[in-house]
Amino acid sequence: MAETVIPLATIQPPQSYGRRVVKRFLKHRPAVAGLAFLLLLAIIIMVGPFLSPYTFDGQDFALIGSPGPMNAQHWLGTDELGRDVTTRLIYGGRVSLAVGLAGAIIATIAGTLVGALSGFYRGWIDALLMRFTDVMLSIPTLPLVLLLSGLFRPSPPLLVAIVGMLIWMGTARLVRSQFLVLREREFVEAARALGAGGARLMFRHILPNAIGPITVAATLAVGSAIMLESALSFLGFGIQPPVPTWGNLLNSASSWLSVAPWLAIPPGLLILCTVLAVNFLGDGLRDAMEPKE
Amino acid sequence: MAEPLLQVNDLKVHFPVGKTLFKPGVTVKAVDGVSFSVARGEVLGLVGESGSGKTTLGRSVLRLIEPTDGSVRFNGEEVVGMPPAQLKALRGQMQIIFQDPYASLNPRMSVGQTIGEALLLHHIGTRKDRAERVGDILEKVGLPRAASARFPHEFSGGQRQRIGIARALAVNPQFIVADEPVSALDVSIQAQIINLLQDLRQELGLSILFIGHDLSVIEFLCDRVVVMYLGKIMETATAADLYANPRHPYTRALLDAAPVPDPRARRQRITLKGDLPSPINPPSGCVFRTRCPFAIEACAAVVPSLDPVGEQHAVACIRAGELNLTE
Repeated sequence: MAETVIPLATIQPPQSYGRRVVKRFLKHRPAVAGLAFLLLLAIIIMVGPFLSPYTFDGQDFALIGSPGPMNAQHWLGTDELGRDVTTRLIYGGRVSLAVGLAGAIIATIAGTLVGALSGFYRGWIDALLMRFTDVMLSIPTLPLVLLLSGLFRPSPPLLVAIVGMLIWMGTARLVRSQFLVLREREFVEAARALGAGGARLMFRHILPNAIGPITVAATLAVGSAIMLESALSFLGFGIQPPVPTWGNLLNSASSWLSVAPWLAIPPGLLILCTVLAVNFLGDGLRDAMEPKE
Repeated sequence: MAEPLLQVNDLKVHFPVGKTLFKPGVTVKAVDGVSFSVARGEVLGLVGESGSGKTTLGRSVLRLIEPTDGSVRFNGEEVVGMPPAQLKALRGQMQIIFQDPYASLNPRMSVGQTIGEALLLHHIGTRKDRAERVGDILEKVGLPRAASARFPHEFSGGQRQRIGIARALAVNPQFIVADEPVSALDVSIQAQIINLLQDLRQELGLSILFIGHDLSVIEFLCDRVVVMYLGKIMETATAADLYANPRHPYTRALLDAAPVPDPRARRQRITLKGDLPSPINPPSGCVFRTRCPFAIEACAAVVPSLDPVGEQHAVACIRAGELNLTE
């Protein structure tokens, strides 16, 4: 038995990791602004469709033929089929964000799994997975998509999968580098000395310590996924009309650019602001979660 | 003589370096043909400069680093090449305490989770009484039971080292590798941890392989000492014998490098110049000859064997017979 027991009072009072992260995050102005924007956007796209007197595919036959200007009934005008642009934009936000979020989740899970296996086992598993990652990275996205769009039109779940499969590589490389570093840390070795197996070492000891960078990568992946979905929809390979997304709203507005420029600006601006806000949020999270002390 | 708890024979740990598809690379011989034993209840000190291979040796005994060649017998069982399932069971009997108490605890796990994991992995206790057991272990290393709910960053270095010791002891091991467990701590804290190890050793009858470079700590804690240089054993003796009567020039140099609080202490010191030679391309013959003040031509020709020069005292130096290092 040890001669003295250290009184608990001499152990530093706990200040939770979470609280310190929040404190540092709040100091990051652009990130807070980004978060505020995204929250506002989320509220609007969630409640907006219930408050709007129009539906996303409801047509006003009096206004059909060419885009209508902004007025008190139609805040952002109407499109060439007499549909209310504001409503379509809000509803399109739902689709765009949902696809972006789901695509990012798929990309993060796939990237984390590939990176974890690569960095933890190294050797031929690493070589194989990383060469596969390189191959995926060197596939030019747009020509591939144009080719695919000539063959078929994906359903929304398949579109989400395609988006995820096209953007997981950055996360995989990041997670691999984290695993390469963390697997050499002594606490991992200590767990190994206690007889912990591969899965426990990877998911109980290493992964929780890489969660900061992974969160950041996941946030940034949401930005990429929204951009990619918009690009795909703009090219006609994404969600098919009449269901609106910001990408295909932009697409249909492009043919009226000279007569009705007000149609193109709102979806373009929303894509820009959302991706910017997501990236600011990611930067803020990165700064806030940077290893302390 | 009873069989030793741990018997290491001609252990080699070689690392390939710079090997690619296009060039063969070279080999670093971190540990090169080391043999020693640890008796039950014995504390064996392992000293040497940074880069002498002592940490690698400690880890390869536990197979945290795979040995390239040689044999490690624990309780009469061969550890090298042991299948994973058996090795896992063995890990409950041999544990390790790390040097850096800041790096050796998972920052995302509470103290209770860290120690509880050790119990869980070795099926000690039931789900319910594990918390109780964790508390008992914490008290054993001088920490309050309530520390269980706290996270590593709330503790000081010395407190964390106690947690590291608690984790190692949780599975009731017979043998512990202590890899410089006090080098990263303040001097005042060092004494506390050393005393704790001493107490635990007596209370639990532990055998310890104590790796370190502070010779006064080694002298206080260890029964026997092994001196390593560049992956090889230079000298081994009982602690008292080694300090009073070093036979290898390297041991003498290590002893001389330690500060002694006595102004009339020996004046003729051996001071080592330069760094360890590269283990990629070690000197021929005796690896120490490039820095040895007594080196002669013959030293480059023959690799000295570890020959007995007394009771439990062996030295690897061809001039051991003629040199008098005690004045």
